Amino acid sequence: MLGRRTIVRLSLVVAYVLIAVLCVTSLFNDNEAKAEYGDVVINNYSDAAGMRPVVFPHWFHRIRFRCKVCHADLGFKFKAGGNDINMLKIFDGQFCGRCHNNSIAWGVENCVLCHSGVPNMKTRVHNSTSDRLVAPVAK
Amino acid sequence: MKSRIQFHLVHVMALCAVLGLLVVGAISLAGTGLAQSKSPANTFNRLLKSPTTAKNAPPAEDGVHDPQNPGTTMLQWPSEAFTEFDKSSDGNQVDWMSILRAGKISPWFEFESQTTEPFLFDLVIVREVKGSMPNVVFPHEAHTQWLDCSNCHDEIFIPEKGANQISMAAILLGQKCGVCHGRVAFPVTDCRRCHAQPKTPEELRALAEKSNWAKTSNTSTDQTAAPDKK
Ligand code: HEC
Ligand code: HEC
Ligand code: HEC
Ligand code: HEC
Ligand code: HEC
Ligand code: HEC
Repeated sequence: MLGRRTIVRLSLVVAYVLIAVLCVTSLFNDNEAKAEYGDVVINNYSDAAGMRPVVFPHWFHRIRFRCKVCHADLGFKFKAGGNDINMLKIFDGQFCGRCHNNSIAWGVENCVLCHSGVPNMKTRVHNSTSDRLVAPVAK
Repeated sequence: MKSRIQFHLVHVMALCAVLGLLVVGAISLAGTGLAQSKSPANTFNRLLKSPTTAKNAPPAEDGVHDPQNPGTTMLQWPSEAFTEFDKSSDGNQVDWMSILRAGKISPWFEFESQTTEPFLFDLVIVREVKGSMPNVVFPHEAHTQWLDCSNCHDEIFIPEKGANQISMAAILLGQKCGVCHGRVAFPVTDCRRCHAQPKTPEELRALAEKSNWAKTSNTSTDQTAAPDKK
């Protein structure tokens, strides 16, 4: 009697595990195409330091700031990973730290909001036209 | 007795769940493997990447954000932010120019002051394009809504009409207009937004007259320009 009950419980557990596995695999199916256009992954240092890579969402920031604010006034270069950002600089009020200072936006102590990427991703802008090309560009 | 019936019910339900899952699993496998199930060599869309793109996916499902990260669920969903916005067919699926002009967003223009109005520059540059594609219209006004002169001059473009060599190959490689278009500003797939000034019928006729096709075909040049007019 008890034995069968455990079998039932076990099969239920198996069922739930299967559901979970199916959900997870459907999530990871064809990832690249789902990344929001313009999201920049920055991972020059994060992985090596045991942090998740940083994901910077352009769409979210451009609703609030024109490109000029970051790329002229604050001096961000137009190159993913090209600004050699690190935590000391941010904490000292440079780069993301110009705004993420608990005055214009929430502060640097909220690590998980910036360091939110899937581990081991390369530094680059996502879902670009180049990403979606089927064949290489010839001059 | 009662508990025994209950027990059997649970057993049957568990079995149903497992069977159901097997069916779902088989369907989803068949779905992803449908293309391969016939002959992997001769399918449609052999090279086309992801014809069914999930648009404006929530962060936890976008493949870039880690669903295991405790902050991921706190991030905004693009589709939530975009509900009131005019749509476009690619990129963020948002027409950033028209929502800015309509005042649906009012992003800061200057870091030091939230109220500074942009310095707009009303100069349109038309770039003649080789071949049949419409000429490219570059509007300074639209760009100075977002950008500073120093974002383009002189690093990307020498400020002199015609002084810069631009080609589609360069743009697709992320140079010239492709520094922004195809990465953050509307993607390169939206040909007509740049190629906005169609060639005149005379220009198209001249193009046809110069072609090898005109030289080798027996039809007169008039017919080559408008083949369906007899
Ligand atoms: C506003 C966004 C933001 C927040 C918040 C943030 N970081 Fe970072 N962090 C970055 C960026 C951008 C980089 C550079 C990423 C790279 O190149 O790998 C970085 C790099 C790092 C690095 C590697 C480089 C270095 O300086 O050692 C570590 C470690 C790190 N962050 C830890 C943290 C911790 C811990 C917190 C929370 C106390 C935190 N970060 C909060 C944006 C942020
Ligand atoms: C809130 C600040 C901010 C705003 C506003 C902003 N950007 Fe960026 N942009 C960044 C950051 C941060 C990076 C990544 C830099 C790095 O990795 O070092 C970046 C990178 C880029 C890149 C390089 C992508 C690549 O190819 O590697 C381009 C192009 C770009 N931005 C264009 C724009 C345009 C166009 C706008 C306006 C529509 C804009 N940005 C608005 C902060 C901003
Ligand atoms: C010009 C100012 C500015 C700069 C520079 C800036 N941010 Fe932000 N960021 C903001 C503001 C404002 C918000 C919204 C804060 C809020 O919702 O309270 C924000 C929100 C965010 C969010 C959360 C988006 C969401 O879904 O809620 C992330 C992630 C983020 N920033 C990352 C970064 C990183 C990484 C950098 C540097 C590479 C950066 N930001 C630089 C102003 C800035
Ligand atoms: C998005 C990039 C971009 C921005 C921002 C931009 N320009 Fe230009 N500009 C161009 C391009 C492209 C040309 C055409 C170059 C060519 O035809 O080779 C040009 C041409 C010019 C010319 C030459 C016109 C002529 O008839 O020879 C001047 C002057 C100029 N820009 C001034 C400015 C000023 C002033 C600003 C800021 C208010 C500005 N530009 C902002 C891209 C830009
Ligand atoms: C420095 C970044 C940058 C460069 C370089 C750039 N653009 Fe743009 N462009 C933008 C942004 C930002 C917008 C706003 C719309 C958007 O983000 O989708 C825009 C919008 C436009 C528009 C739409 C105007 C409207 O009213 O709808 C056209 C057309 C255009 N760009 C053509 C060009 C051409 C052609 C070139 C190259 C000669 C070029 N752009 C180079 C950033 C850039
Ligand atoms: C961001 C603006 C922009 C977009 C989007 C764009 N083009 Fe172009 N295109 C240009 C510019 C600039 C040139 C160079 C014109 C010149 O010679 O000065 C060009 C040139 C061309 C040429 C002539 C050959 C060459 O390389 O000079 C063809 C053909 C062409 N484009 C086709 C397309 C097609 C097809 C698409 C859509 C898939 C497209 N373009 C999208 C800006 C754009």
